[in-house]
Amino acid sequence: MKTIPTGTWVEIEQIVLTPNQRAEALPEDTKKVPYILRVSGFLEHDADLGEECTIRTIIGRLLIGRMTQVNPGYSHSFGKTVAELLSIGTEREK
Amino acid sequence: MSSLDPSYNAVMARKNEIMKSSLGLDYDDFIQSPIAFNYEGMMKATGFSLEEIIQIQRDTKVGNTPLYVLHNLTEAVRKISAPGKGASILLKDEAANASGSFKARRASISAYQAQIKGYQGMIAATSGNYGAAVASQAAQRHLKCIIVQEVFDSRGVGQPEIVEKGRACEAYGAEVLKMSVGPELFYMLLRTLEETGYFNASLYTPFGIRGIESLGYEIGNEVRDRFGRAPDAVICTHAGGGNVTGTARGLLAAGCDSTRIIACSVDLSGLHMASDTAFNRKSFTTGHTGFGIPFATWPDRVDVPRNAARSLRYMDEYLLVTQGEVFYITELLAKWEGLERGPAGNISLTAAVALAQEMDENQILVVQETEYTGAGKHHNSQLSFARENGVEIRRGDPKDDIPGTTIVIPERLDQVHGKSQDIEKLRRSYLANAAKNYPVENWTANDMAFLAADVKKETGWLERNLPN
Repeated sequence: MKTIPTGTWVEIEQIVLTPNQRAEALPEDTKKVPYILRVSGFLEHDADLGEECTIRTIIGRLLIGRMTQVNPGYSHSFGKTVAELLSIGTEREK
Repeated sequence: MSSLDPSYNAVMARKNEIMKSSLGLDYDDFIQSPIAFNYEGMMKATGFSLEEIIQIQRDTKVGNTPLYVLHNLTEAVRKISAPGKGASILLKDEAANASGSFKARRASISAYQAQIKGYQGMIAATSGNYGAAVASQAAQRHLKCIIVQEVFDSRGVGQPEIVEKGRACEAYGAEVLKMSVGPELFYMLLRTLEETGYFNASLYTPFGIRGIESLGYEIGNEVRDRFGRAPDAVICTHAGGGNVTGTARGLLAAGCDSTRIIACSVDLSGLHMASDTAFNRKSFTTGHTGFGIPFATWPDRVDVPRNAARSLRYMDEYLLVTQGEVFYITELLAKWEGLERGPAGNISLTAAVALAQEMDENQILVVQETEYTGAGKHHNSQLSFARENGVEIRRGDPKDDIPGTTIVIPERLDQVHGKSQDIEKLRRSYLANAAKNYPVENWTANDMAFLAADVKKETGWLERNLPN
């Protein structure tokens, strides 16, 4: 029994190019790692996390890849307060 | 899906045919030699007058943005300037465009073109505000949209600004192809264009650049109406060259032919742009020297056969500022002028503080953009992320700033200097690149005239500066 039902918003990952398929003239650190795509869409069939699956993207394209996340969201923020900024432009720095 | 060979070399080899069908523009009509092409002819081939461009943009919530006088910043600059110095600093609030940056101007004409030519959708490869702009314009014109974006390093970590820009693209209904670090972004763009048959909303087509002309045109006309003189200088953030090129062309169209065009970028020298490990050590993802210098000195390194953005053709000076200087000015803009805007849009404002001090009090200096801010696209997000990634952050003299290692936030306004980039050297470097592409002994009189115009010089200068 598959755990993630059809229609769930998921993220998939594809290895687009393995290290030896990549462009020439890359820096050493980049050359060592694969070129990867991640994209989100609605799951076309029941599947498990980590399994290959098909998604329908928000514009309706069908793409295949390994499921990496269920309900992918965003957690970027304003960050922890950087105290060095606080007094800029205030009485403290007149 | 395409049944064609999707390997890197095979897709790159099909580049020209993919370009032709995805743009509906045949560059062969304009190309005269491996160097020269009919630049103005190519710009005219868009088929739109500037008035039509303005009308198209009005229909999709682009343009006619406010132009503010920054009274408090101007006054502070005068206090640290020599007597009689300190130009008035004006700010064009481009964050007011649909999608929150000037890039909406650039995307709007491509979206219109894609719609009238019957394309089902449009695609752009970008990690910048341009993605959100394309997505926003596509949404209004009932076009599907795919944004191909470089987002994360091999650890899966994305710079907060880039992550936010990807989120914005999705918010406007685009499919976002999030890629790991690498120049193969272009390959991915070509592959996706081929698979879908969508319009190539490249940043560097004549449609994109002509869309920015309205920005320079609005500035020229409004400054003359309100202040009775043309702007003395307009300062533009420079990366790929479109902002400088389009703005300068618009100013010329408004009759401002003696306005100085100042380009500026954040100095990120020493950081390799295709490096997986350096990717998250920079606090600016565009508007920096990693794009600015290579694109100035060889504009045709792009995803179209000839780049419509040719910055050396228009720029009079080029200033570099540090990351710390921009963060300082971004904070001051909020605290003194009551405008909270994204740091990448304040690169030119930072350079303006340095430049205004050398200009007379009665002169007018226009900063031609701002961008939206929010989670991820905020100087506190950037600095907090940099600190977590081991970059040292402190207050001090910004000349001690080392890209990727130390961000030094100035302690006082008079420490914001920027630094002048030798533009003659850039021009000679452009010529050297031209020579690499097509040997000097083959250059005809037409090539020479093209190259001279492309670096804003006379042919006499060119003859004295021919590469060896």
